[in-house]
Amino acid sequence: MSSNTISQPTSATEPGGFEADRSADSLGGAVRAYFARVRGGDLGALPAILGIVALGLLFVVLRPETFLTPRNMANLADQAAPIIILAMGLVFILLLGDIDLSAGVVSGVCAAVMAKLLADAGAPWYVAVLAAVVTGAAIGLFTGSLVGLIGIPSFVVTLALFLGWQGVTLRLIGQGGTVPVRDEVISAISDRNVPVTLGWILALVVIALYALLQMNRWRMQKAKGLAHQPLAVVLLRIAVIAVVVVLVTAVLSVDRAPAPGVVLAGIPYAIPLVVVLLLLLTFVLGRTSFGRHIYAVGGNAEAARRAGINVTKIKVSVFVISSTLAAISGIVAAARLGSVAPGSGGGNTLLYAVGAAVIGGTSLFGGRGRVRDAVLGGLVVAIIANGLGLLGTEAYLNFIITGGVLLLAASVDALARRRAAATGH
Amino acid sequence: MSVPQPEDGTPILELRGVDKSFGANQVLHGVDLKVYPGKVTALVGDNGAGKSTLIKSIAGIHPIDGGQVLFDGNPVDISGPRDSARLGIEVVYQDLALADNLDVVQNMFLGRERKNGLLLDEISMEQAARDTLAKLSVRTLKSVRQLVSSLSGGQRQTVAIAKAVLWESKVVILDEPTAALGVAQTRQVLDLVRRLADTGHAVVFISHNMVDVFEVADRVAALYLGRMAADIPISQVNRSQVIELITAGRSGDIGIAPAQAAAVEV
Ligand SMILES: Nc1ncnc2c1ncn2[C@@H]1O[C@H](COP(=O)(O)OP(=O)(O)OP(=O)(O)O)[C@@H](O)[C@H]1O
Ligand SMILES: [Mg+2]
Repeated sequence: MSSNTISQPTSATEPGGFEADRSADSLGGAVRAYFARVRGGDLGALPAILGIVALGLLFVVLRPETFLTPRNMANLADQAAPIIILAMGLVFILLLGDIDLSAGVVSGVCAAVMAKLLADAGAPWYVAVLAAVVTGAAIGLFTGSLVGLIGIPSFVVTLALFLGWQGVTLRLIGQGGTVPVRDEVISAISDRNVPVTLGWILALVVIALYALLQMNRWRMQKAKGLAHQPLAVVLLRIAVIAVVVVLVTAVLSVDRAPAPGVVLAGIPYAIPLVVVLLLLLTFVLGRTSFGRHIYAVGGNAEAARRAGINVTKIKVSVFVISSTLAAISGIVAAARLGSVAPGSGGGNTLLYAVGAAVIGGTSLFGGRGRVRDAVLGGLVVAIIANGLGLLGTEAYLNFIITGGVLLLAASVDALARRRAAATGH
Repeated sequence: MSVPQPEDGTPILELRGVDKSFGANQVLHGVDLKVYPGKVTALVGDNGAGKSTLIKSIAGIHPIDGGQVLFDGNPVDISGPRDSARLGIEVVYQDLALADNLDVVQNMFLGRERKNGLLLDEISMEQAARDTLAKLSVRTLKSVRQLVSSLSGGQRQTVAIAKAVLWESKVVILDEPTAALGVAQTRQVLDLVRRLADTGHAVVFISHNMVDVFEVADRVAALYLGRMAADIPISQVNRSQVIELITAGRSGDIGIAPAQAAAVEV
């Protein structure tokens, strides 16, 4: 038995092992690896992108003169923003394999807090917004403690809170009442736009930054002999992002005023808000140890515990993050509707958000999901809602179709999981 | 094969009279154990004898109810996984504690990620993981960025062991590392176990396979119904004696005193 093997200055670049890490330079290999992953059940963003394209085509055909207009696209962005933001919070919860059935009504409570402060107390917008966000965080702390410290299944805790918080909103607003939200700054989220020139500058900055970060990482990995993707894949990804950003900016920079004489153009402020949250939360999940620990707890809580990770702390923080995002979502929704009602955040709000996360590719079984899933899935959900609105379908059909889409996405998730188990991916 | 030697030096890890109960069920009764650097100690015992419980106690997963743990001769208080890790005790669990949804590098550094300020230092983690695997002569992994869910049983075992070695650990404890493996993969893991000891680690190796035990171990510690029947150099016993220690708690004049053994059985 050789006793000196361990002290030999072996280098990983020597032959033997890790061949996939060194031969990853061909595009063909990357494409094959991608299809192997898809066959293995890891569909990634594929269903959501296909969904956006297919639904887009469907509504273009059914409503050629209204669906693809700049006006409707701006409206779509406004419609999607609160769904996406709520879904971002749910991605964190779902990553742990938990659920938050109260996320929708929490957004309602927080919006009610903001609206009451604005309307009744005459508070400035920043005080009202801060109060709503702090309310959200506190609610998350409460929910998270019940789940993480006491150990009640999140399904039960949030089912109870789903009812409880609706009661609180009703008490705050009053039966049959609505509280208007007329503050200029808050309404601006939905009815004001980034000036066209500034919009273009921001778009180019986003593209340049993305390209720079991607290229930098690729160069670094290659230089240090680490696992990396082929250059062609990195470039392709940058190109796709650039095209999407330019297209969206271009469409939204067209004058969409309903009457001649006034000019209405530019990116609605909701979009930069969503982009900032996307970047921030993606950074947290992907680049910090906190994010890594969230994945670990969702993948194998016992392994995480044995690795010295404080599982309870992770659970509680995730609920705080999710409820805080719910508060932001509630603010955006209130800005869009111009008021808060006792039913705000109820109805299909939660279903839309859970649907968005799952359609985007986040697993209901924990451990798999990304923040961008909320954006892609949220767009799918918003396109359905928007398109059905243009078609003038009756409300009952709208419910049935959206419920059906969530079931479909959940089936894809469950089948992907079975497939993954079968193929060992 | 390593030459069995008389007990020498101080044990790096020593247990004295360790008790552990789960509710009314006392699983460990006054267990003594000595673990020496550069030696493989085989921990044997029947199913349910308390082997896994013992090592989880050492790791701080199940804090002990009574008795003492000494590390390098000094009494230590291990109340959580971080405490044992800080001392340099690494455990490869029977139910492998790896997260399937993370890749090899991420698993090896789980809970102890290297950071650059706020950012994870992926580059240095990947390099260190790769170097450790290479030093252990692990040649079967396609990529260190492969998800653990896509690895075979032997590969997982290798990753779990490499994870333990990554940390400059002094004591490496392996709970049935070969139980689920085929012939070739068992061979690899046994070689790895021997290499760990030869590089100065104190290794505790749990196994039900006497061939494996006699191949790699320098010492053998036999647990019988939660009591330590013997903790001796393996040269002092043969295979049938070890089996007697496992099944009856004593063999000839080694093991639990007859009266005590009888008392245990009722
Ligand atoms: N977390 C726990 N809670 C309650 N009882 C436990 C727990 N873990 C182990 N036990 C009990 O402790 C006893 C010893 O179990 P342990 O897993 O330590 O045995 P083992 O020697 O590792 O057996 P095997 O060879 O089958 O792995 C068993 O009776 C088991 O039921
Ligand atoms: Mg065991």
